[in-house]
This record gives sequence, structure tokens and C-alpha cells, in this order.
Amino acid sequence: MNPYASVTQLRSGLDNGDFSAEELAHCYLDRIDAAKDLNCFITVDAEGVLDAAKRADKAIANKRIGPLTGIPIAHKDLFCTRGLLTSCASRMLNNFVAPYDATVVDRLKRAGAITIGKTNMDEFAMGSSNETSFYGPVKNPWDRECVPGGSSGGSAAAVAAGLAAACTGSDTGGSIRQPASFCGVTGLKPTYGRVSRYGMIAFASSLDQGGPLARSASDAGTLLNAMEGYDPNDSTSAIADATDISSSSRALKIGIPTQYWSDLSPSLTKVLEEARRTLESLGHQAVSLELPHTNAATAVYYVIAGAEASTNLSRYDGIRYGHRAAAPENLEDLYQFSRSEGFGSEVKRRILTGTYALSVGYYDAYYLKAQQIRRLIRQDFLDAFGEADVILTPVSPSTAFKREALIEDPISMYQQDIYTTPASLAGLPALSLPCGVSDEMPVGMQFIGPHFGESSLLTLGREYQDETDWHALHPADNHD
Amino acid sequence: MTDWEAVIGLEVHVQLATRSKIFSRAATTFGEYPNSNANAVDIALPGVLPVLNEEAVRMAIKFGLAIDADIASSCRFDRKNYFYPDLPKGYQISQLDQPIVGRGTLPIFFGDGSFREIGITRAHLEEDAGKSIHTTYDGLTGIDLNRAGTPLLEIVSEPELRSAAEAAAYFRELHGLVTTLEICDGNLNEGSMRCDANISIRPKGVETLGERTEIKNVNSFRFVEKALEYEIDRQIVVLESGGKVVLETRLYDSERDETRSMRSKESSDDYRYFPDPDLLPVEIPDELIESVRVTMPELPTAKRNRYIHELGLTDYEAGRLIEDPHGSRYFDAVAEQSADAKLSANWILGDVTAALNRDEINFVNVPIAPDQLGTLLNRIQDETITGKIAKSIFELLWTNGGSVDGIIESQGLRQLDDAKDLEGVVSQIISDFPDQVGQFREGKQKILGFFVGQVMKATNGKANPKQVNEILRRELRP
Repeated sequence: MNPYASVTQLRSGLDNGDFSAEELAHCYLDRIDAAKDLNCFITVDAEGVLDAAKRADKAIANKRIGPLTGIPIAHKDLFCTRGLLTSCASRMLNNFVAPYDATVVDRLKRAGAITIGKTNMDEFAMGSSNETSFYGPVKNPWDRECVPGGSSGGSAAAVAAGLAAACTGSDTGGSIRQPASFCGVTGLKPTYGRVSRYGMIAFASSLDQGGPLARSASDAGTLLNAMEGYDPNDSTSAIADATDISSSSRALKIGIPTQYWSDLSPSLTKVLEEARRTLESLGHQAVSLELPHTNAATAVYYVIAGAEASTNLSRYDGIRYGHRAAAPENLEDLYQFSRSEGFGSEVKRRILTGTYALSVGYYDAYYLKAQQIRRLIRQDFLDAFGEADVILTPVSPSTAFKREALIEDPISMYQQDIYTTPASLAGLPALSLPCGVSDEMPVGMQFIGPHFGESSLLTLGREYQDETDWHALHPADNHD
Repeated sequence: MTDWEAVIGLEVHVQLATRSKIFSRAATTFGEYPNSNANAVDIALPGVLPVLNEEAVRMAIKFGLAIDADIASSCRFDRKNYFYPDLPKGYQISQLDQPIVGRGTLPIFFGDGSFREIGITRAHLEEDAGKSIHTTYDGLTGIDLNRAGTPLLEIVSEPELRSAAEAAAYFRELHGLVTTLEICDGNLNEGSMRCDANISIRPKGVETLGERTEIKNVNSFRFVEKALEYEIDRQIVVLESGGKVVLETRLYDSERDETRSMRSKESSDDYRYFPDPDLLPVEIPDELIESVRVTMPELPTAKRNRYIHELGLTDYEAGRLIEDPHGSRYFDAVAEQSADAKLSANWILGDVTAALNRDEINFVNVPIAPDQLGTLLNRIQDETITGKIAKSIFELLWTNGGSVDGIIESQGLRQLDDAKDLEGVVSQIISDFPDQVGQFREGKQKILGFFVGQVMKATNGKANPKQVNEILRRELRP
């Protein structure tokens, strides 16, 4: 059994009886056990996944087969899963067992997927290196000294290391795309509103989107089909046509924004240029274009995301669930100690900056100004999509960096998000997919599409992956 | 001595009578077991999201139409951030600068029939908080989130009220309006309408405003009046003794009939309002407004005019009837059946109200159907029965039900107006009481009442009193 097989391959293997869902689940469980040092998982639900696999085998025998029946996947630990710990990688929720399933979890279950566990992440999805988790950092399976990226680092590393067929992640300012790039997997941040946020623990409500991390654009599309769609429980979810990646791509104009390419290191430029030539060889045309407000995106992102987070996280007060300080003297102490003890330093930093940005006297200068620039950034993209069908950019200024290299330097860490935050602020879909290696570490590229343009992004990705093998590379198993 | 004038504005929180909460599907029923009406959204579990209840929007629009206000074509919700144990999310979803209902007016009426238009600045939708219970658990605080997320319409008046009595009249008028619109159950003792009052005083004739205080949570017409009377007197004493009124929040203690300082407002709270990113702006198309408009009942002001000018009721009667929309609805139904609106009003404000008070029930469950009361009044009018008999039929209907005409027939209560029968009774009584006959004939006219009483006694009250009078006068003539 090939743990690096695509969902499509696993589907036919299960349906043809080459292996059972139970055997498949055992295969991944064994690999998770062997790769414990990567720290990809906060919870492994061995019992649950084996029960579900047995049911899946019966369903397959009875020909009641959904697109993901018997396929083991893992959820980022901010998706609420009924009966399982849903910690958000925070001490604050170290004891929180969700009484309900997130819409995404529910829909994937209905499509037949079985849940093998919950993946590690940056605390409350705040981080770009997976070093802020209460449960310790995740290691990059390509180089265990390096970070897997964040905040969906556990999901990206788990897919890369063959510990699950695919994973869910969430992306607020790059949290699917950057770890996908660092770990050499394919990750999609859908259009804001395509995937329900209900049951996905909020970081920044106007930016958060759930999405898949998978081995290929095709697999990502299969997962997205199960996840997407209007949800009456989420007022911001959209009614939109389902994503369709079955059709073949027409010749596209691929926009090359100068602002994203000009400061790139020579080694990454080389890889990205090669990817661009491959796309051109497939009949697409590269066109140069401008996205003038790109430089402001990261600052705008950190103001808005922090502001929203500062109030989204107010509910963690030690009163109803979650961490509660021992023996507080009074209400003030209960709040102060519960939150001081329950949140890590990066979460506190963002709550404080966000609180500042919303305060009387600073609101206009920070939050309101950020919203104004956000509209300009969005307009940049709307203009650009008059000239191009898809925009091609790097995902990150570097490949996976060493652990502890940036953790003490928040500004540099935040600058890691420079190529991913603009699409987030504009609510656009963006696909991150492997396009080469640099110093033996994976390099990713990003396709940004117009609102609800996932079909063409994924189709283009599938075409590229039909032509290249970068997505099929995987790190050597490191079982000592 | 300075002649002082009070400047009062009220903020009234009206609980809207939606079946479910404003942002969740949990029920809004009152008096349930603690936290049984609180679902995942209400207790703010991680990951949950608010979804706006359209019924609350419709009710707010209904109010806006009733006060002739502009309804926003688009409005939005904001987060008001503060920590409190009965505020589960750590913020309240409210509307800061884009309220659903803009400026409107509400007339308040005075006993002499005069009225004044009071400006309403705005009305906005928001969610209620839960309740902290400090008394039941020794040294601990209980949290009941049943109320959390109940829709509120906060109605803010202009500072145009000039006395405690006017403020109480405004509160009462608002109560009559929202209950007539059926957007609030109006149960003041369950907290369905809660009032905060901003109050300052200034010498009469002066335009500038004095420093104000805010009195929180006065929840009855009487307490609004008493709290403001106390506060006006207190502010006068402070200023006349050379002191200064301090901007602060005060609490009214109804047992001691005084207001007490609760907290200073000097360092104003920073609620860090910002648009709630979980909710889209609410678009209110004209079609929605029109679909609400067609459901509008007759409003209290129109009803008052109709009662006075079409039905000939007095200001007092009209005012009493529209105070309680259930009462005026009952009146309308009775008056539709009965030929005499004035008589209907007398009976409803008299006998019916007395019986309701006696039995401690209200107009929702009057045991006599309006058409039966209407018939009863018609039978007085057409002289089928006497007024006295009507009262006893009323009691029968109240306790046992049945139909008016059925009772009249089965119990033989029809008025005796056959002259021959009555003459027989009268001549019998004249022969039974010779002494009294003598007195009458000597000029003691007052004794006629004695004979009427005897005739009524002999006929079980069924004799037509007018006819009895005539026959007696004729027969007693010397």
C-alpha cells in the first residue's frame, strides 16, 4: 500500500478491493506512530478511525460509495469535532471537547471521509512557523531542523510525510499556502465565503477560510467539492456554483505582478521562472502587470486580523469552558489569571495590538485606515483581472527556515506573509503548489484567481502537475 | 428662588416577542430552567456564528413605521466589547452608528386631552445579556444564559421630556404602542421593557443643559415617575446649596424611594465598537417594508381619535381603553356587536374591569365572549331586560358561560311590561301598605321609592321601572 498515493488512486484501490479501508487506516496509524517526532498530531483517534473504517468497508461492499468513503483524513485542530479534543493548540482549550461538528467536518464525513486525528498548528492559527503551539513545534519532514510553516503546519507536514491522505487547514493570511509550500504539498485557500466557517474556531472572521491540503490539485479539488457550499449557519457563506475541475483549460493569460517578483532571491527566481516557462509551454501566455498597493498588505493584514482576533478571543474568559485559573479571589483575577495562563505570548501580542487598533483615539488611524487600504488592494486585483485570468506569484520569500530563526523577531516573521496576505485581504482564491526545490527544500508557487475562480486555478494546477513531478516528490521516511 | 426645569431623555429596551433569539434558534420563553434556553451560539462555544433572525428585523420595521420614522435601507451590526460573566462572547452585538430605525415621533397624551409630540432619536436592534444570580449560591454567582441573545429594540428619545410625569406618560405610551403592534408582550415585571433615564435640570428659560445623571433600570410606570421626582429634587438641592451635579450612573431603590450613585462616568468606557465581521450588512428593500406595512394594526393615536370623535367617548374613557391593547380590542369587538358604544365603554371600564381585578386575570382571558356582552347590552337597550337583571346575567355569564338570550328565556328574566300584569301587582301592594299610601297622599313624595322597591321585589326585578313609575303615580293619586 502506497501511503503517498493520491485520493484518486486510493479510491480505486478501495473500490477494487486491493486493500480495505481498515488496512488503509492501519497503514496511516502505523506511520503516525513511527513519525511521532514530527509532532504533527495533537490527537490521534485510532479507535474512532478504525470503527469508521469498518463501516466504510461495509459501505463499499454494499456499493454505497461516496467520493471519500474510507479515505483517512485529519483535521486541523481548530475544526470542532464532536467528542474529540478541539484545542486550537492552546492551553486555553486544552480541556475542550467539542459537542458538535464543524460544517466542514460534517460535510467531509457525509462524503465518506474518516477522521484519523487532529493536527498540530500555531496557537489559535497565529504564526507562520508552527512554533507557537502549546503542544510544541511541528518538524518539517524534509529537514527536521526546519519549520513546516504555519499555521496549518501539522496538516502540511502530515500530508508530506504520508500520515494521512489529505488534511483540512485554515488560511487567514497564508496559513494553508505557506506551509503547503514549505512541505511540498498542494494547498488551496478558497474564495472568502465558499467554505463555511461554522465550527472553525475564529481567528479573524473577515479573512478566515477553511481549505484542503493534499498531494495534488486534483485531490484538493475532490476535498473542496465535499467542503464547499452555502451554509445557513454562516451568514458570510456564499451561494456559488460548485467547483468543477473536470473540464480542460483554455489558453490563459497569466499575470506576473512585478511587485511580487522584483525582490525575490536568485535561487527562488530561478525556480519560479522555470515554472512560468512550463506554463507557457502548455499554451498559456505570461503578461506583466502591477498590483501597486502590495507593499501595504502585511501591515494592513496585521491591523485587521489583530483587531478581529482581539474580540473573537474575548469569549475565552474562564467562565463557561476552557482554562480557568485556580482559586481566583474575585472576578478581575479570574479573567486576568485565566487569560494570562491560558494564552501564549504570540496570541497575547495580537490581542494587545488588536485592542490598541480598535481603541478610541486610535481607531481611525489604524483600523479604519487599514480598511481603506484593504479596499485599494482589492481594487488592484479587480483591475488586474481585467488583464489576466490568473496571477502567478511566489508563496513565500524563502523555503522553510530553521526553527527559532525568527520566533524572537515578530516583524521578520510577519514579513513571511508578504505574498499571501494580499489575496486574503481581497477575499480571493489562491492555490499553493510545489514547483521545484532549492537546497533540497521544496519551493511553492501561488496561483491567485478571481472571486469564485477555483475551477480554473485547480484545472491549471492539474495541467501543470500532469506535466511535472514536483508534487510527487516526498521526503524519505526517517524511522530510526 | 430659581424656577427649575427638568430635561429628561429615556432609553427604553424593549424585548421583541420573536419565538427564537436574535442570532440563534434557541427559544425565548420566559421562566424556564436556568440555561435550558441557551444553545451553542448563546453560550458562545468556540466556532459558532450568529445568524440574524428576520422576524426581529420585521418587528423593528413595524415600530419604525408606527412612529413615522425613516427605515434604513441598509444597516449593520457592531460589536460592543466588554467583559462580564453573563455576556458570553465578551461583546454584545448592537448597532452603533447605523441603526435600523431613524428619527420619528411619539405623541404623549395628558388627562385633559392635550398632547405633545416627543421626538425619538433612533431605535436599534441588539441582543440582551444573560443574568448573574448573586443570591442563591452562598458566596458564588450563578449564570443563567436563557435571556442571552433575546432580541432588544433600544428606543432612544430626544431629551424633550420636561417632568417626571411626562416621562412616565411617554413610557406608558410606548408600552401601549409596542403591545398594540404585538412586537412585545409588555410584561414589565418580567423585564420585557426596561428603562434608563438621563436627567438634568436647568433654570427655566436657560437654553444650555446642566450636567446629567443616568438612572438605570427602572421598570414600571410608577417607578419611572418616582425615581425621576426624587432625582429632580436631589439635583435641585445639590445646585441650590452651591454644589455640582456629577456625571454618574445612579440606581433607583424602590423600597427606600431614592436614587444612589452606582459608578462614576468620568473615565468613559471604551467599548471598542467595530462592525461585526460575522454578519453582513442588512439590506432592507422597499418590498420588505411594504410587506410589514400591510400588517400594521390601528395605532393607538388613530384609535384614540376614533373613540372620541366617532364613538363619542370622553378623553378619559378613550385613554383608559387604549392603555391595554387587549382591552381596546375587546371593546372594539363588543362595540361592533352592540348598538351603543358609550354603554359598552361604561360596562368594560366598570363591571368587566372590576371582575377582572377581582379574579386577577386580564383582558386576554375575559370569560365572556365579546358578542355575548354585546348582546347583553342590546337587551338592555331594547328593553328586553332591566339594567338590574343585566348585572345578574353578567355574573352568570362570567362564572357559568352560556348565551344571553338562552338565560333570559330559561330563567324568565324578560322585563314585565304588560300594563295589566303590572297594574295587578301595584293594586295588591297599595292594599298591603295603607299607612304608606296615606303618607304619600299627604304629600310625602319621597315614599314613591318604597313602592317601586316593593314592586321590584314582587316581580324579582323584572318590572319595567318606567312603567312601574307611571302606574304607581296614577294609582296613588288621591
